[in-house]
Amino acid sequence: MPRATSDARLLIQSLSKAYAATPTNLKIIDLYVVFAVATALIQVAYMGLVGTFPFNSFLSGVLSCIGTAVLAVCLRIQVNKDNKEFKDLPPERAFADFVLCNLVLHLVIMNFLG
Amino acid sequence: MAGRRLASAALLTLLLAVAVAPLSSAVRPVSDAHRSAAAELFAPSADGSFGDLESTYEAVRMFQILGLDKDKSLTGTVCKFAAEKLASPASALAKDLFHAVRISGALGCSVDPGVYNGVVARLKAVIKDTNSLLEFYYSVGGLLSIKEQGNNVIISDAESTFHAIKALSQSDGRWRYDTNSAESSTFAAGIALEALAGVVSLADAEVDQSMIGVVKNNIMKLFDTIKSYDDGTFYFDEKHVDANEYKGPITTSASVVRGVVSFGSVASGKLDIPGEKILGLAKFFLNIGLPGSSKDCFNQIEALSILENNRLFVPLILSLPSKVFSLTSKDQLKVEVTTVFGSAAPPLKVNLVQVLGSDSKVITSENKELQFDHDNNVHYLDIAPLKIDVGKYSLVFEISLQEPEHETAYATGGRNTENVFVTGVIKVDKAEIGISDNDAGAVESVQKLDLLLKDTKVSLSANHLQKLRLSFQLTTPLGKTFKPHQVFLKLKHESKVEHLFVVPGSARQFKIVLVEYHPHPLLQFTLLVFSVIVLCSLNHDANRTNKDFLGLVEKLYYLSGRYDLELAVGDAVMENSFLRALGHLELDLPEAPEKAPRPPAQAVDPFSKFGPKAEISHIFRPAAFASLFHAGIGAVLLLYVLFWVKLDLFTTLKYLGFLGIFLVFVGHRALSYLSSASAKQKTA
Repeated sequence: MPRATSDARLLIQSLSKAYAATPTNLKIIDLYVVFAVATALIQVAYMGLVGTFPFNSFLSGVLSCIGTAVLAVCLRIQVNKDNKEFKDLPPERAFADFVLCNLVLHLVIMNFLG
Repeated sequence: MAGRRLASAALLTLLLAVAVAPLSSAVRPVSDAHRSAAAELFAPSADGSFGDLESTYEAVRMFQILGLDKDKSLTGTVCKFAAEKLASPASALAKDLFHAVRISGALGCSVDPGVYNGVVARLKAVIKDTNSLLEFYYSVGGLLSIKEQGNNVIISDAESTFHAIKALSQSDGRWRYDTNSAESSTFAAGIALEALAGVVSLADAEVDQSMIGVVKNNIMKLFDTIKSYDDGTFYFDEKHVDANEYKGPITTSASVVRGVVSFGSVASGKLDIPGEKILGLAKFFLNIGLPGSSKDCFNQIEALSILENNRLFVPLILSLPSKVFSLTSKDQLKVEVTTVFGSAAPPLKVNLVQVLGSDSKVITSENKELQFDHDNNVHYLDIAPLKIDVGKYSLVFEISLQEPEHETAYATGGRNTENVFVTGVIKVDKAEIGISDNDAGAVESVQKLDLLLKDTKVSLSANHLQKLRLSFQLTTPLGKTFKPHQVFLKLKHESKVEHLFVVPGSARQFKIVLVEYHPHPLLQFTLLVFSVIVLCSLNHDANRTNKDFLGLVEKLYYLSGRYDLELAVGDAVMENSFLRALGHLELDLPEAPEKAPRPPAQAVDPFSKFGPKAEISHIFRPAAFASLFHAGIGAVLLLYVLFWVKLDLFTTLKYLGFLGIFLVFVGHRALSYLSSASAKQKTA
């Protein structure tokens, strides 16, 4: 009779095996998203330690991390070959959009940083 | 000359064979061709062995099913081989015991009962201890084979064994190999069903009917994963799990057929599988033709022998012994309806329902019943009354069983379509060849040709102001005009330079006009029109269409002299395709101007054009744009840092504008180069 822990282990094993099958470029994008979210969390933790002054800087920092993570997720959606909606979009075009949007985002947050 | 003619005639027959060849790979029941292929694939090696136990069992089973002769000494060697494995069961693998027992059963080796007792004890111990599907399969299969050889074998706690095997099933009808593996496979499902059937046969008490019902459900789900081709064949295949473990559709389908049929024979009540799927599976195995590997051959023949007389539906195959019917020899349309091994079918009627021409045009929809020849077990029909002309046709047949109770026992597939060729002798007449002065002028010297005779030795002479005219008529046996696949006229100069003229097939009359054209403007030659016209009129109407080919005299390389004329007319359905030498033509052409093209050097070795070509070297565009692109992005980020430190917004925006334009340009170049490179890689 299979027990609950072995079920969970099986589940995790099958999930990790399935994830290992994703292409390398998607894994790199995932890593970038994880990095961005981790940076945001670190900033929130720092704010928790030091206090909210200057609040605009905090907001700008956190939002830049979240913004770039969102853009990276959009890039991943558009670049993923299994995604039928974006089958005709060349991945180079998606990357160009990603770069452009990131530059605009960073201009705005640099302005807001103060 | 004769050698060339022979080669061309050989080419025409090869063309006919190639045109008919795709039809010959269609479904035919197991025949002597299969038997000889199997005998070759399963030939024993020099010392009389067939390899390991599994290969030996496959060879033995093949001989048993196909009724191939094997000499007695081979039987003795193999029996001894199996007996060795059975001698010490305690240390042997269940897999080896399984194969050894089955070999002994198939060959009828005499085995000591004591030996079998030891094997039975060992296999029962394996069943008790294991939870792997393959171990269950081998041990149950081994016990079943021992029981079939006349010994009394019972599994004591059959229900728990049944339950243990069934526990490995998945909701989609597939099976896992053991409790630890997460992947399921269709091949494993076939094995599991066979094992479950064995358990039911070996049980001392009846197995719980609800469990059998659950397994029947599994079978239905398994059949939902069946795949099919357009021509009505069905097969099972796995998702590509692992290149090493991928078994292929033949092995997988054979495994499922074994499992389902063996389970269907032990379960009470009938499995609800539609007859067309059983027939589709049979057609799949027959469509393989003569298999290339011993494993495929074993799976094909064993699956077909299981399907031959199974409890669900016996597939009946409609096949044509010959797909080419000649109107000349008044061939009859012959159709065979047999089981997969060629045995006689139950009483039935075959009707020719439709005849479709090329492009699926309906030729006739009359329903004609074929008559049955009892002695040869063949259904036949005279095709002459159908008034079918030469050509390629699809015949649609419908099989109807005479006795209503056979409807639930046999699968016929309703309507079957077969492609056939109808050939005949094409009449060639009214052949004429002559020289005339101009287009509208009367033909001076017309010589009648008899193109049915071997060689005509016409001798003509023409200069650049005259025309050569050749015409003939082609008629089918039913009197309609015939447009063959190939009509070529070849002019061959004494220096071996050849010119082939294809006669285009659309217009009624074909003319090729050679016009001499002097390109040199300094030499004040007037445009002289020289025409050599080749006409192939295909019927009485003189519907002329002119086609001027400038520079065809250039194509002839201005070579005057003697040209051999050859006419080739051929088609797949034309029984008398021919290549005739017509005679000679003395052509008197003007002198070649200085810049005229020279005839190509005739290749010494005619296959040299297939030799290696010049090496292509790729020039890689420097990926400078990529580094500029990255530098541009870095510059923008640096600008942002400066903006944060000291610049104000408007200066920043100004510099950002400049950098942005530069970045867009560079980025577009870099990324479009990358995308075209990846697109080229994708299409390459």
